[in-house]
Amino acid sequence: MAVTDAPKITSSRFDLADGHTIERYVATGGYQGLKAALAKSPSGVVDEVKSASLLGRGGAGFPAGVKWGFCPPGVFPRYLVVNGDESEPGTYKDRLLMEKDPHQLIEGVLIGCYAVGCSQAFLYVRGEMALAQERIAQALNDAYAAGHIGKNIYGTEFSVDIVLHWGAGAYIVGEETALIESLEGNRGMPRLKPPFFPAAKGLYLQPTIVNNVETLANLPWIMSNGAAAFAALGAENSKGTRIFAVSGHVKNPGVYEVEFGVTTFRDLLYAPVYGGGIRHDRELKAFIPGGASAPWLYPEHLDVPLEAATVGKLGTMLGSGAVVVFDEQTDMVKACHRLVRFFARESCGKCTPCREGTSWLEKILERIIDGLGRPEDLDLLLDICDNISVGMNWPPRQTTICPLGQSATSPIASAVMRFRDEFEAYLGGPAEITVQVKGPAFVGPYVHEEATADA
Amino acid sequence: MPEAPAETAVAITVNGKAIAARPGELVIDAAERNGVYIPRFCYHHRMEPVGMCRMCLVEVDTGRGMALQPSCMLTVAPDMVVETESPVAKKAQDGILEFLLINHPLDCPVCDKGGECPLQDHTVAFGPGESRFVEEKRHYEKPISISENVYLDRERCILCDRCTRFAKDVAGDTLIHFQDRGNGTQINTFPDHPFASYFSGNTVQICPVGALTAKPYRFKARPWDLDVVESTCTDCAVGCRIVIDGSRNEVLRYAGVDSDPVNWSWLCDKGRFGFEKVGADARLSAPLVKETNGDLVETRWADALTQAARAIKAGLDKNGPGGTAIIGGAHLTNESAYAWAKLAKGVIGTDNVDAQLGDGLPAAMVAGMARATIDEACVAGGTLLVIGSDPKDELAVLFLRIRDAVTLHKTTVVELSPRATSLSEIAAHSLRSVPGAVHELVNQIIAGEGDLAPVRAALANDHLTVLLGRGSMAESAEATVAAAAALLAAFPNVKFLSGLRRANVHGALDLGLTPGFLPGRVTLDDGRAWFTEAWDTVPAEPGLDAAGILAAAADGRIDTLILLGADPLADFPDRELATRGLKGARTVIAVETLLNSSSAFAHIVLPAAGAAEVDGTTTNIEGRVSTVRQKVTPPGTARPDWMIAAELAFRLGADLNITDAASAWAEIERLSAAHAGMTAEALGNEPDGLIVGRTEPDVERPAMVSFSAPAFEAPAVDAYSLRLVTTRRLYDQGTLVSHSPSLAGLAVSGSLLANPTDLDRLGVAPSGNVKVSSPRGAITAAVEPDATVPPGTVVLAWNQGDPSPNALIDAAAPVTEVRLETTS
Repeated sequence: MAVTDAPKITSSRFDLADGHTIERYVATGGYQGLKAALAKSPSGVVDEVKSASLLGRGGAGFPAGVKWGFCPPGVFPRYLVVNGDESEPGTYKDRLLMEKDPHQLIEGVLIGCYAVGCSQAFLYVRGEMALAQERIAQALNDAYAAGHIGKNIYGTEFSVDIVLHWGAGAYIVGEETALIESLEGNRGMPRLKPPFFPAAKGLYLQPTIVNNVETLANLPWIMSNGAAAFAALGAENSKGTRIFAVSGHVKNPGVYEVEFGVTTFRDLLYAPVYGGGIRHDRELKAFIPGGASAPWLYPEHLDVPLEAATVGKLGTMLGSGAVVVFDEQTDMVKACHRLVRFFARESCGKCTPCREGTSWLEKILERIIDGLGRPEDLDLLLDICDNISVGMNWPPRQTTICPLGQSATSPIASAVMRFRDEFEAYLGGPAEITVQVKGPAFVGPYVHEEATADA
Repeated sequence: MPEAPAETAVAITVNGKAIAARPGELVIDAAERNGVYIPRFCYHHRMEPVGMCRMCLVEVDTGRGMALQPSCMLTVAPDMVVETESPVAKKAQDGILEFLLINHPLDCPVCDKGGECPLQDHTVAFGPGESRFVEEKRHYEKPISISENVYLDRERCILCDRCTRFAKDVAGDTLIHFQDRGNGTQINTFPDHPFASYFSGNTVQICPVGALTAKPYRFKARPWDLDVVESTCTDCAVGCRIVIDGSRNEVLRYAGVDSDPVNWSWLCDKGRFGFEKVGADARLSAPLVKETNGDLVETRWADALTQAARAIKAGLDKNGPGGTAIIGGAHLTNESAYAWAKLAKGVIGTDNVDAQLGDGLPAAMVAGMARATIDEACVAGGTLLVIGSDPKDELAVLFLRIRDAVTLHKTTVVELSPRATSLSEIAAHSLRSVPGAVHELVNQIIAGEGDLAPVRAALANDHLTVLLGRGSMAESAEATVAAAAALLAAFPNVKFLSGLRRANVHGALDLGLTPGFLPGRVTLDDGRAWFTEAWDTVPAEPGLDAAGILAAAADGRIDTLILLGADPLADFPDRELATRGLKGARTVIAVETLLNSSSAFAHIVLPAAGAAEVDGTTTNIEGRVSTVRQKVTPPGTARPDWMIAAELAFRLGADLNITDAASAWAEIERLSAAHAGMTAEALGNEPDGLIVGRTEPDVERPAMVSFSAPAFEAPAVDAYSLRLVTTRRLYDQGTLVSHSPSLAGLAVSGSLLANPTDLDRLGVAPSGNVKVSSPRGAITAAVEPDATVPPGTVVLAWNQGDPSPNALIDAAAPVTEVRLETTS
């Protein structure tokens, strides 16, 4: 089977004009997964999801079933919080999942609540996503009316209320503890972990599971079709399918649900049904594999499969599933500046290295672009990065509270190490880099591991 | 605090050195206690840590390898290995300091904080020598005013969250906030919501940079030019420990000292900025005598004292000792209070002495009840019953301690008051009592039926403390006394924390400036033998309290009335009686730091030294004796109060044997049953002070009084009238506030608050002026409907200028019933 033949698990209703209505949802198998789940015990559902190896689709890629098990036993109430604050540059899959198939998400939330033991869930939707908010609100009303949500669902002992909460438009609220702060009515600023691991001390300091929209959207299918069917797709730990958002210099930017762990970046960027190749048939210069926070990959990495652990070994991540493509004509200094500027502006201001460091980085890059750079600025950029993300290692060791500050160092390390000549051109001559960087180029060459596995 | 016993200590290693940490202790504290200072900006040990500034990053190994962790958020764990000076930790600290400095202006030479600035100090100790930042720093308008007394310079701010945490978590005044984000993050108030907190000055003190500065101190001094003494604030009776900073014989500011049992380094703005009265232009600097034309003119001390002594002597000859009376003394040091008590009771022989102005509680009760400390009142899991006190307005820093106990340590507050107070929000039970009949509510709670069962259950706590004050001047203290007696009978383990608010009123009561008592909480009868030996004479009969003195004076039975830092016209509840009393006394001698409204009646005014001008001790609500210190010389020829007493005694042919504060204290320690063992040396060894009455006196000394209450029946509610309640505000029109320019503008004039249904029932328009009349008098006041005022009650603020409720109150009546009429 060609990689492009994978079944659609979460995006099956994207092409239906009325896929967001409860009628169409039920007519296309909706709420069957919930019924299947309710026939099991909650721990049975957890085991099923564990054996499906459903990795979190928000960025960190942690197995959902394992995360659910982190709640301290016997402590109630527990809350399920849906992270619908999708704001990573290049990422726009959750928005479509919420706009085009809100009931699938709601059903996933209900299954999650049943598994974890929550009677209250909060759907936190990014402030700018007006259509998603409207459709979810409508879907919640319809699902309440139809008895899918509420007290004693389907006559069982299981009762859930789901609250829709609109964000106010801050990137940082995509970070789970900042989202919880925002949900509590406070300024969205991350909490320190430890002690504020949400599973132990989350919303209102109660055990809280924060799951990504796409993660939960997989649950109805897994319950209806079984973990085995899900795990049959994909490779290594990366099972099932996953939606990738492709943007930048490709012919067909868009979201594509592909088989996880098997499909390669080359498939995703060049297959006619996916990215369709680089626009104007130019050469690929570099691409970001998992959202703006991720260190970059280059043409030699095109045959790397979209598999979490494999990409992680390279020193980067699949993150939020956003692949951003730079063609050969891209000015990498400006690309770097644009990315850093995003992080500088979205820094919440809570902790010093991120608040001061990211904007300092932005100012230096701006100065370089304005032709006022100094040769020592490259070392300075890297040393500032080092003071935010110690050693610029992967996975990062940060001086900050949350990973936002460290995210701003990824594009700089990637760009400076790989495209030093472009920086030197701005600086008016060759620049020497003396700061020792342990991680970056971060990204190492891709060695296909099957060969060593056979040996 | 003592070292943790070995078996409960947590063994950790800091920089290679083994340390015994306390269970639950933060790494930053454990290290500091053992001599390793970890740099910090956001961490303040009196507030919850937030780990924001990242300055205290250290390398920590808890078994999974070294990792950078903020030591202010990390609790010690067994076998933890901490490196505060490893290359990685140093690089991180270096980097953070550089980040903090890139946008920090280099205006240290004109910054009030320069010289005592943690950012400066840390930069020298932990930071890079040079900045690599060549970009433009961020700019804001410098400085903006965020409250009446605080400026904010956002360019200097390092966004450590100390001030905002203080406002939100400690004071409960969530008025300053983080705004905007990223590099544009700033602290600010919201439009039209200034940082109008009673505690705003604390943010200046805890700001680790010069972002928050105090207007009264702005550009007044450089820290290295200041010299400092540690003292106690005497603006109210909490007894906050302070340092007095001054330069060239001028007091420039107060700062809070972290006294663990009392103020935790916090001060209220009234205390902090009230230092301005020390050097007020209007301070009396020479004695005054009244000329025949009625003008007070300056004279020499010798003439004024001779005239005063002559007046006292004439009164003695004519009416005996009872012809001399003293009102006031609560603003004196303990030593001065003792000197005046000795002069009155041991030399003149009068017992007509009262440090309270009919606005307090009976001395027998305050001195005789089992007293609690603030720590005992705020004990975790305990219950605090509040009667007749609004601590935020009367004993401001006590409110912070109570708030901390409730919000962080599960202390239960039960509040009984005629109207909602600042504690109502955090009280587990906030109940409204009928003015003048709080004891009836207490009896119902003790019976504990129906809705009151949970209240009774809350009181049935091993740690029950009653904060007992005199909230409303419009009712007598009898109901409060009866309530205390009922509580004592029902809960024998109950302890009381006095809510009396005036400066050293507790010291004055303890040292005998109250009728019926001699120094050391002993009654005249119990102490007669002991003090006759020491003093030659002791009054034969208990004398009159302030109300009795004023009534006697009005009847012409008082020849000489001495006002000892007292303003009966403003502070005595019954202005009509106060006026008649002041007019009726033949000679009025006022011993004052500043002229007040009653001074117009004085024939002789003797200038006294005030706060920061005298050495000695003061006693707080707990009975805690702590030292006050002289920082500056008194204005002109003003003298300490004890010296004035000694001079008068000399002119009356006696010798008080007091030559300075120390000799007065030595005599107090030697004679007082309650102060036995509190030697100057013992006090010097304990900066937090010692508590009166907690040492075992030797057997010879007279027994201290114990409390028993007379029966009291509240008058029935008169359905045709409304009962008046008076409330206090921190900033009033009192003499001391009025002469502190930074505070004077904060006092607002009061209006009459009434329940809208009452106004409706009476046909009184809910705006405009009303005539308020009582059997005693009538005033005109602006009316303001307020649904939180219980029906049948009206509320007027005390001492906020005109209209003043003391025109309505009859000191002899148990409650004040008023009627409202619309004025045309």
